Amino acid sequence: MDEILSMKGITKVYPNGIVANKEVDFSVQKGEIHAIMGENGAGKSTLMKILFGMEQPEEGEIHYKGKKVTLNSPSVAIDYGIGMVHQHFMLVPSLTVAENMVLGIEPKRNNVFFDFDKAVRMVEEVSKTYNLDIDPNAVVLDLAVGKKQKIEILKALLRGAEILILDEPTAVLTPQETKELFEELINLKNKGLTIIFISHKLKEIKQITDRLTILRNGRSMGVYDTKDISEQEISRLMVGRDVILTVNKTDAIPGDTVLKIEDLSFYDKGNKPVVKDLSFRLRKGEILGIAGVEGNGQGELVEMITGLKKASKGKIFINDQEATKLSVKNIRNLKTSHIPEDRMVYGVAAEGTIGENLISDRYDYPVYNTGLIQRVKDLVQKSNELIDDYSIKCDGHTQQVNMLSGGNIQKVVVAREFSSDPELIIADQPTRGIDVGSTEFIRNKLVELRDEGTAILLVSADLNEVMELSDSLMVMYEGEMAAYFEDASKVDEMELGMYMLGLKKMEVKEMGGALGE
Amino acid sequence: MNKKILFEAMRTLVAIGVALLLAFIIIFTVSEDPGYALQRFLLGPLSSLRNFGNVLEMAIPLVFTGLAISVMFTAKQFNLGAEGGFFIGAVGATALALSFELPPIIMPIVAILCGGIAGGLGNAIPALLKSKLDASELVSSLMMNYILFWLGIFIINNYFRDAQAGAMASHRLPEQVKLIRVLEGTRVHFGIFIALLMVILVYLFLYRSRWGYALRMVGLNIRFAEYSGINTKSVVLYSQIIGGIIAGMGGAVELLGMYTRFTWFQLPGYGWDGIIVAIMARNNPLLIPVFAFFLGYLRIGADLMSRVTDVPSEVVAIIQGIMIMLVTAERLLAGWRHRMIVKEKMQNQPIDEGGVQNG
Ligand SMILES: Nc1ncnc2c1ncn2[C@@H]1O[C@H](COP(=O)(O)OP(=O)(O)O)[C@@H](O)[C@H]1O
Ligand SMILES: [Mg+2]
Repeated sequence: MDEILSMKGITKVYPNGIVANKEVDFSVQKGEIHAIMGENGAGKSTLMKILFGMEQPEEGEIHYKGKKVTLNSPSVAIDYGIGMVHQHFMLVPSLTVAENMVLGIEPKRNNVFFDFDKAVRMVEEVSKTYNLDIDPNAVVLDLAVGKKQKIEILKALLRGAEILILDEPTAVLTPQETKELFEELINLKNKGLTIIFISHKLKEIKQITDRLTILRNGRSMGVYDTKDISEQEISRLMVGRDVILTVNKTDAIPGDTVLKIEDLSFYDKGNKPVVKDLSFRLRKGEILGIAGVEGNGQGELVEMITGLKKASKGKIFINDQEATKLSVKNIRNLKTSHIPEDRMVYGVAAEGTIGENLISDRYDYPVYNTGLIQRVKDLVQKSNELIDDYSIKCDGHTQQVNMLSGGNIQKVVVAREFSSDPELIIADQPTRGIDVGSTEFIRNKLVELRDEGTAILLVSADLNEVMELSDSLMVMYEGEMAAYFEDASKVDEMELGMYMLGLKKMEVKEMGGALGE
Repeated sequence: MNKKILFEAMRTLVAIGVALLLAFIIIFTVSEDPGYALQRFLLGPLSSLRNFGNVLEMAIPLVFTGLAISVMFTAKQFNLGAEGGFFIGAVGATALALSFELPPIIMPIVAILCGGIAGGLGNAIPALLKSKLDASELVSSLMMNYILFWLGIFIINNYFRDAQAGAMASHRLPEQVKLIRVLEGTRVHFGIFIALLMVILVYLFLYRSRWGYALRMVGLNIRFAEYSGINTKSVVLYSQIIGGIIAGMGGAVELLGMYTRFTWFQLPGYGWDGIIVAIMARNNPLLIPVFAFFLGYLRIGADLMSRVTDVPSEVVAIIQGIMIMLVTAERLLAGWRHRMIVKEKMQNQPIDEGGVQNG
């Protein structure tokens, strides 16, 4: 097979000083499925963004079909036949599938008017050529994640992609959807397409890829034939040591109810229910996991409990005190902590210093203030303590947060939220997109806190995570509880997937355990 | 952190340099005797104690309005009401001075506080509209400037006007309310110390008090502040009211230090200049007096130049405009900074373990 593309000596430094790629060599052969592996923050997305013309490297060359090329914008890359499906989809939800697919290359009638019928025909054509089934007239808004991904893939193919880059495509999929995607990818490969597949899930890689390149801390750790390398070797190359991402956890010893949710509902602006009559309870010393495809009301549930949104209906009790209408501050005063889903939007002030970010929940406590003046020394001392305790890698408390890596930023959030003696922790995607070391650290800390008697509500799109950490587990689908498992260790992944996709739903009486009945 | 300060300082210096260079070019093209013009412009303010005094006199109100704007901008509240606040503050001080008789020392203090309250009340309106109705403080504070102006004129005209005075003016201010002169041979008044005191107070407020911390966090990321439990609505409110108070005090100080009667029948413009000062100082209260002095120096220099040469003092307006544009141009020198970062990162790379240490 011949080399269709190669990158040589790629170095990329972001404006905040993070060296995302360092002298990386990378090449793919025509017609292969090539994996890029590496833990979060290793520089996989960056390398692919460079290949897709979205980022410019400081050093290095790219050769495509034997010629040196300069890819200074995505449109140039697309012209060469490189297509990319991003980690976050870039679709317009209110438009139809066909309209989304032809965005930017719209067929015109009389050179002026948008030719919708032609667009539909174009979509039908590619979808037939590549055997990817899709309804061109469906509105994107109503589609499941798996379908949206399919549109993104088709979008690239419609633009003539010969190399298809998929950035962590399975991160958002249920097990069933993943299986379907893999069949499609193998099918595309058989049609002659070259596929670059980013992932850090070992099992998947073994299943469908021919070769793999491993990145660690921005450097390439080499290229391997997938069949010649063991999962263990891969993981050692990725992380630099053996990782066992299983948490050591004893059975929970639940105590009294800390959080009680009664018939809670939330209606969006269009009066559409996003959370529907949800009821459950969470006890001291217990981790209750919420699994579900993102966007099924988990975010709104968390925001209602933490006071960022007001419930449309129903009641929330924290330690027997009604908290439905309390402010964020008052809910925090009930010893509630919150790890927000999006750390850059809610979790930190990125332009603030680490110290400033570590004290945002306690800056006004009497111990830190003498009269009108803040006890800056004590606050700094506390910050330094937290930086040590949570091993936040930084140049000191005055460093700006946006100079840190994702894992360390999350540690700033976690350090603040875990260090206020919480009785209730709402952890929304606590380890999303961060490195293995930080992930291990945060998961162990959660279990430790549980053992000390904290009640923890864990929302995660990462199935492994909810299944590993949770004592009990519920599934949310379209704002409702679709399933409840008293004992999370007895849940089967495939079965969980069925509930997440709405293919199955438990009877109300089967879920009585959620209320302690 | 230090590198950031260095970089910002570089950018400010480049902006000033480029702006001055342009000013020189203009002077050289329009003037018959550019050497003399330039000398008056650059050294004129230092040529006599009186001229230097003029610079300081001008810097005093700029410190107040600069501080007012920097407090509001730090909270990302784009309230431009320092102009109206300054004006109504002077009206408030006049009203007090002409209505009550108080002992010396006490009287100016009360008058300045009265000016502050007037300014604070004026800004409370856009602040309330923003926090209750989410109305843009930019628009409402601009409108408020005119409302306060006409309200002030109305108050002076109807209650405090001296019919005997030739032009429209208030009655004479009593002696014991006026601020004493502090520099022989100039009109520099005690207000300079009040201004410096305010610099320290504002610094302590922003960086050493819990309210200042909350205000800064709202400015950095309001959603983060909200999530942390900070009452963001109250920050929106008090940041603007405090801005108004500082501007109002500035108006009062200016009136009591420099005037014998209230004689302003147009907006004095210090509120706008305060925006320039705050932007140049990057909202850092400790830098406000530096740039207030700098702007005052440019103004007086240009004024001195235009008096004795053929170069109009409007040159300063051009300089100001260019400086502001360059200082706020985020991408200016960004390439230089990026190269600096890349170079540094490339040098101290641990090669072993394939380890580029991120963070
Ligand atoms: N736009 C950006 N600006 C600054 N730093 C970034 C940016 N994008 C990514 N990074 C940083 O670069 C490193 C590599 O990121 P990325 O390529 O996204 O890793 P991966 O996809 O392997 O998880 C991380 O430390 C990340 O925080
Ligand atoms: Mg990535």
